[in-house]
Amino acid sequence: MVSIILSIAAAIILLSIAITAWRFIKGPSTVDRVIAFDVMTISSIALIALIAFLNNRVIYLDVAIVYGLLSFLSVIVVARYIEKGL
Amino acid sequence: MENLEIIGSIIVLLGSVILLIASIGLLRMPDVYNRIQVGTKASTLGTILILAGIALVMPGWWTKLLILVVFILMTNPVSSHVIARAAYFIKIPLAKQTVVDKLNAKTSGKKPEKENSNN
Repeated sequence: MVSIILSIAAAIILLSIAITAWRFIKGPSTVDRVIAFDVMTISSIALIALIAFLNNRVIYLDVAIVYGLLSFLSVIVVARYIEKGL
Repeated sequence: MENLEIIGSIIVLLGSVILLIASIGLLRMPDVYNRIQVGTKASTLGTILILAGIALVMPGWWTKLLILVVFILMTNPVSSHVIARAAYFIKIPLAKQTVVDKLNAKTSGKKPEKENSNN
């Protein structure tokens, strides 16, 4: 019962990542693409946590932590680059 | 115990629906700044609801899930603020429906912040 509901939730998250990827492709400026990238990675953290529950492995949550750290650093670096150069 | 698992899975489903609303809003908003707002706020709320629901379903995992929640609460507003500041200073135009612009010198009466500071 619980795993069925969580599988449906994972499918909804995949759908939302796909919709966000359309903004990532289409976006008129660089900032739109950075925002779409940020939303995709935050959604992917939730998806990794759901996969950790569905496979019953707690070690996948460490992957989610490192993934969130890398996405935060990449957004900061890209924002600084488009504002005043490296 | 069974009731707690059902409540946790319903919270996870609610969080995933909020993430879907965030992505739809990212498609429909007219402006870069509105997209920043809807993307950051809604995705933060949805992810925190999903992690809290998993913590209700699996009570043994609450430490790492709490670390993830605190990490997202700390980093997500910072990244959205930095990207909005960069978008303003490279002069991306605002939407036509915008009422007030407090960083602009003509409408607020103050000098705007210098673009190229020395740091």
